[in-house]
Amino acid sequence: MAALQIQGLKKAFGGLPAINGVSLEVAEGERRLIIGPNGAGKTTLFNLVTGDLPADAGSISLLGKDISRLATHRRAHRGLARTFQIITLFPKDTLEHNIVLSLLGMSPARWDGFSAFSTDLYRSAREILQRVNLEGLATRPLSDVSYGEKRRVEIAMALAQKPKVLLLDEPLAGLSREERATVKALIAAIPRDVTVVMIEHDMDTALDMAERITVLHYGSVIVEGTRAEVVADPKTREVYLGY
Amino acid sequence: MLFLLAAGFSLIFGLMRIANLTHGALYMLGAYIGVSVLKAVPNLWLAALLSGAVVAAFGFFLERFILRKLGGNVLGQVLVTLGVAFIIADLCLIVWGGDPIPIPTPAWLQQPLQIAGLAFPAYRIAVVVVAVFAAIGLFVLVEKTRVGAMIRAGVDDMDMARAVGIPVSRLFTIVFCLGAALAGAGGVIGGPIMSAYPGLDADMLPLALIVVILGGVGSLFGAFVGSFITGFVYTFGVALLPDLAYVILFLPMILVIAFRPRGLFGKFAA
Amino acid sequence: MRKSWVLATAMFLCLPLVAGEYYVNLACQIFIFAVFAASINLLLGYGGLATLGHSAYLGLSAYLSALAALKLGLGHALAALAALAGTTLAAAAFGLIALRATGLGFLMLTLALSQVLWGTAYRWVSVTDGDNGLRGLSRPFQMDDAFSFYYFSLAVTVFSLWMMARYVGSPLGAALKGTRDQPRRMAALGYDVWLIRWITFVYAGFWGAVSGLLFVYYHKYIHPISLSLAYSAEGLLAVIAGGSGTLAGPLVGAAIVMLLKNYVSAYIERWNMLLGFVFVLIVVFMPEGVVPGVKRIWLRFRSRG
Repeated sequence: MAALQIQGLKKAFGGLPAINGVSLEVAEGERRLIIGPNGAGKTTLFNLVTGDLPADAGSISLLGKDISRLATHRRAHRGLARTFQIITLFPKDTLEHNIVLSLLGMSPARWDGFSAFSTDLYRSAREILQRVNLEGLATRPLSDVSYGEKRRVEIAMALAQKPKVLLLDEPLAGLSREERATVKALIAAIPRDVTVVMIEHDMDTALDMAERITVLHYGSVIVEGTRAEVVADPKTREVYLGY
Repeated sequence: MLFLLAAGFSLIFGLMRIANLTHGALYMLGAYIGVSVLKAVPNLWLAALLSGAVVAAFGFFLERFILRKLGGNVLGQVLVTLGVAFIIADLCLIVWGGDPIPIPTPAWLQQPLQIAGLAFPAYRIAVVVVAVFAAIGLFVLVEKTRVGAMIRAGVDDMDMARAVGIPVSRLFTIVFCLGAALAGAGGVIGGPIMSAYPGLDADMLPLALIVVILGGVGSLFGAFVGSFITGFVYTFGVALLPDLAYVILFLPMILVIAFRPRGLFGKFAA
Repeated sequence: MRKSWVLATAMFLCLPLVAGEYYVNLACQIFIFAVFAASINLLLGYGGLATLGHSAYLGLSAYLSALAALKLGLGHALAALAALAGTTLAAAAFGLIALRATGLGFLMLTLALSQVLWGTAYRWVSVTDGDNGLRGLSRPFQMDDAFSFYYFSLAVTVFSLWMMARYVGSPLGAALKGTRDQPRRMAALGYDVWLIRWITFVYAGFWGAVSGLLFVYYHKYIHPISLSLAYSAEGLLAVIAGGSGTLAGPLVGAAIVMLLKNYVSAYIERWNMLLGFVFVLIVVFMPEGVVPGVKRIWLRFRSRG
């Protein structure tokens, strides 16, 4: 059973087709990279998978179950998590509070309108921060922390949701060389029971993170295969020429 | 009559994303100014134009000096327009007193018109005619002229319009003044039907809201359709169930919103 | 911060001992308004949803209670129950409609909906007696003297504010704040943003209804003007003047607005105009409100010393 299966997905914005009949299948535990030049539709594809955008046609299945008509938060509960291209966390809250929000999202306690927060949540949040080496900054507001650290918090939050499929939207964007190495290591350390699908823009950095690669161009899949196959394929080079 | 009020509101809301809560007050102000103007110039239509101009000038000051400062602070804009509405309302009370002041119907329209064997009040027909002309005029302005094209561009994508060199700020001021003028003129034209009284603004504002929400934001055609539907429903409602006429008034809007959050012809959800 | 609450409550407990009936009555009005403003703040400050139709809940609850007592002859307990239940139901229904939109659309819908009630109160003369309002109402437990009613309303106010504070500090409150700041992210994290907002809307409507009960008990009279836009706007002003997004803000704001209203209207007839001016001034010059401003100055003062 595929972790994520997309069939015939289509989305147009006022007559302009952004996604033109995309079909792809990601196996469980796989590390898939989706690349393509600007405007190829990568983030739109993610938004369709998460439910932020309604599709015009096609279907999306998560672990064999159709989620095409589910609302975004329901898809999260089915095991889908994502990060955003532009970091949109909660700047005025502390790091640990950010993680707590992530943990709370999956827990029925989020409907409690009366009691104070349980200390367990904060303890779990600290453990998670420890795993990404950010425990020291737990009580600092997010706005105080560097961009690379924010990115790590964001990935930690997504992992805190205990997802089955994790979508990473350009996780390395805007990072310095050291920060990039740290984040890459973090991604590489994600356990195999989580399927990871990444969008990246910069081919050189991302290529060694993935097992299979899908190349998107003008909303359609033009090449798909292992790293070696994609690099060798003339269509890939065509797309990236003059770039 | 409702159309003039609603069109201005829709324009301002659609282009500038400002819910101009002063709109009802501007309508009332127009009506009152019309009363004073009529004492000097006994022609209703001329008074409407002059009133419209005065109210537009008022709108100019409001937009330029206060609303401009609050660009982006949506809540702030709403509160300011609300505050100004209160100020205008009380000012009118001070200047023109608390009694309702009737505005006389032009003499040549006082007789009912006979059409197909039914008698219609001639003035109301005249108002409809004016509304149709105004609608056509606005339509031409927005769809056919360069200014209109710029306005439409601004509504569709403000940043892009700026990038292309369209003077968005000046456009805003023009639109605001135009909207205010429509409201002010509308106040005078509606005068013979409604007269000028304190509280007119509070009565008119929700109607403008209903029409715009019902017809859809940013769509003049929607405002046109919306005002007709609302006017229709109101007249029938008042006849059938006078006590609950107000509830009936809101019913079409509520129904439409429940099924189509962007209104009948809206460009985007309110 | 906790200490200041205890201090304030203690102060208010002692007030009738040192002040006369006029001040005690004034304090009652502030309490009622504070509960009203705090309920608006749940939506505005913590939910990021500006509402201009909250007077609907205060007014509806007041009217329902009055009608239940006058037309159905119900006792105070039952009438209060009917008022609270009816108003909460209305809030649920209104919320379904208003939350079809966000931002300005939401604002306009809340305004439109409260105007329905306002207009109906004026025109449905057979039920509401229109512009005359409903009079001849009584207070529960026959608390006709200022002092016993004062303690009653103080108790209700403290309870209401405490409940609202607990809501804000709870996981649901944190979720609400999250939806205010990053609704897309919250959805991705598994939160049902619409449902969180709707629950808050109903809850805010409930506490608005509570303030309505206090209102009708205090005044022993209800008039359509309590359902007006002006009243919603005063509530909004109180929240903004005091500082939205804080617990104390609406209270301070309510006190300011009430005091202003009481003292100024002795000298200036046109209260509405003054209200308008104050709106404009505050929005332009002091957008964050009084409480955050004072907090800021206090912190700066502390760090110097």
